[in-house]
Amino acid sequence: MTGAHGGESPAANNGRLIQIDHLVKTYMLGEVEVHALRGVSLEVRNGEFVAIMGASGSGKSTFMNILGCLDKPTKGSYVLDGIDVSRLTRDELARIRNNKLGFVFQGFNLLSRTSAIENVELPLLYGTSSLKDREERAVRALNMVGLGDRVHHYPNQLSGGQQQRVAIARALVNDPSIVLADEPTGNLDSRTSVEVMGIFQELNEKGITIILVTHEPDIAQFANRHIIFRDGKIKSDRANTSPKRASEVISELPAVDEEEPA
Amino acid sequence: MKILNILISAFRALQRNKMRSFLTMLGIIIGVAAVIAMLAIGQGAQYSVEQQISSLGTNVLIVYPGSQNTAGVRGGAGTTTTLTEDDCIAIQRECPAVGLLSPGTRAGGQIIAGNMNWATGIEGTGSDYLEIRKWGIEYGDFYTDADIKSASKVCVLGKTVADALFPDGSPVGQTVRIRNVPCKVLGVLTKKGQNAMGQDQDDVVLAPWTTVKRRLTWFPYLRQILVSATSPSNIPVAQAQITELLRMRHKIAPYDADDFSIRNQADLANAATATTQILTILLASIASVSLLVGGIGIMNIMLVSVTERTREIGIRMSVGARSRDILTQFLIEALVLSLLGGITGIILGVGGSGAISSLAKWPTIITFFSILLSFGFSIAIGIFFGFYPARKAAMLNPIDALRYE
Repeated sequence: MTGAHGGESPAANNGRLIQIDHLVKTYMLGEVEVHALRGVSLEVRNGEFVAIMGASGSGKSTFMNILGCLDKPTKGSYVLDGIDVSRLTRDELARIRNNKLGFVFQGFNLLSRTSAIENVELPLLYGTSSLKDREERAVRALNMVGLGDRVHHYPNQLSGGQQQRVAIARALVNDPSIVLADEPTGNLDSRTSVEVMGIFQELNEKGITIILVTHEPDIAQFANRHIIFRDGKIKSDRANTSPKRASEVISELPAVDEEEPA
Repeated sequence: MKILNILISAFRALQRNKMRSFLTMLGIIIGVAAVIAMLAIGQGAQYSVEQQISSLGTNVLIVYPGSQNTAGVRGGAGTTTTLTEDDCIAIQRECPAVGLLSPGTRAGGQIIAGNMNWATGIEGTGSDYLEIRKWGIEYGDFYTDADIKSASKVCVLGKTVADALFPDGSPVGQTVRIRNVPCKVLGVLTKKGQNAMGQDQDDVVLAPWTTVKRRLTWFPYLRQILVSATSPSNIPVAQAQITELLRMRHKIAPYDADDFSIRNQADLANAATATTQILTILLASIASVSLLVGGIGIMNIMLVSVTERTREIGIRMSVGARSRDILTQFLIEALVLSLLGGITGIILGVGGSGAISSLAKWPTIITFFSILLSFGFSIAIGIFFGFYPARKAAMLNPIDALRYE
């Protein structure tokens, strides 16, 4: 697998990884029509670090679900890495999620009673890699997030920050084009939040595109581009010319012992 | 997702809930063990019935005199006096499908040996009797044609009689008094046990039929003629030949009934086998009900498991699992449950059958077929009862599954 940046697509799209045109999503909530997205158009280029913000109900979660190929738009087109995913079947979407996307969730969403390495290997189980290859890649991904020494720990033996790092390793293991993070720091204390953002910044520097949903302006400060949703539309979309460096922020924070639950 | 990976994750998933997995399997274990044990008992019963019936000799025909009909009052089997020695000679000479033949007559009486005595039946037979009935001599000798011709005062004791009269020593060469006729004991028969009707076949004294006829009963006719067909498949032929011959000899008009009857062991064997077969099927069907209940248990637990693991399903889908991957995963889990249960059940069933054999002294037979049947049945149950929950899991919407609390 050549992964995110290989193949024909980025060249063919001049580095445009995501092209979204007039995206509409409407659901039926009982008898009531809910217009979650009312025509969203957007482009994301390779290597961007985007923060999506907005109040709850602004449509940002629905937008993330569609970006993540977990949901299909009612109208409009979504071209990801040269592929029009708005027309794909359930199984084809699963394939895209497996090859091109990595997810990080607010609640970590690790399999309990399953070791860190097994959690990280999970996406590879649905691909074609061999047992040995799987293990190597999982260990490499865990090393990237600084958990090389906790490979065989179980989620309940890891702190919240460490669990989120396992989840990031899982998102990375398949060399995705994009890592989608939905409120990744929502369950973490401020210091750990900054640490996690530090990891995202490091990954971004390595060329991985990151799209982050958050409602905390502090967290959005680490991204290079801010998109604000309101009422199912994009209210503002601007570059953050002076993103904060997580490594600098952390050195200013008072030192605390990292919690280590039993 | 490769099958091996699915198998590994199925085992892991089942391991996480050891107690629950075990209890679920228990339903299948008990069901399969019950099916195996019941089939073993049924087939054991069938085998022992067949054994007992064939202990009479498999290709044996018995000719009985018919019922006496005096002015319309019929006297029941054996009341006529139509079978004679000449009939025997004629059958032997003119029926090619008949192999061996032994005329039979019977007397009852007290047998005395020293200060011991024993009441039993005395069977008068020909010299081929043992061969027809596939019986043997444990020690000593059987009487010969010469003994038959001269109506020698000799006899052979059944095991039960020998034990009753001579508890301490060998009866061979001793003299016993049968109805006050002193007879020399030539030998003792091997133990044959009970027949299909539960009678002790060893409680008998055999003597030349001529001796019984001339010295004990003075009854001139034969009680029966024991005949063996040249082969089991020739039984109907022999029966037809004997019928034709005896009707001719007894001068029976074309539309009149026979004055004799011929029974063969095959009919009895078939009837008894059919009965035990029905018994086996009955036992196995009752046992398979418990297997069915076990299957429903699997379905129940798999449904609970799918609900409990909705979030896990969502996570798996978000990292790229297709519907069919999820379907396979849960189907394999159900299959692993039912297969492990099935294999344990087979082991338990085989062990249980052995225990029944040795404790209750019931014969049990475990056939390859019954093991294969149970094995196949547990696979079928795993697939059948696992499919619905697995499909339910596979059809989940990834977003809903991920948000499930």
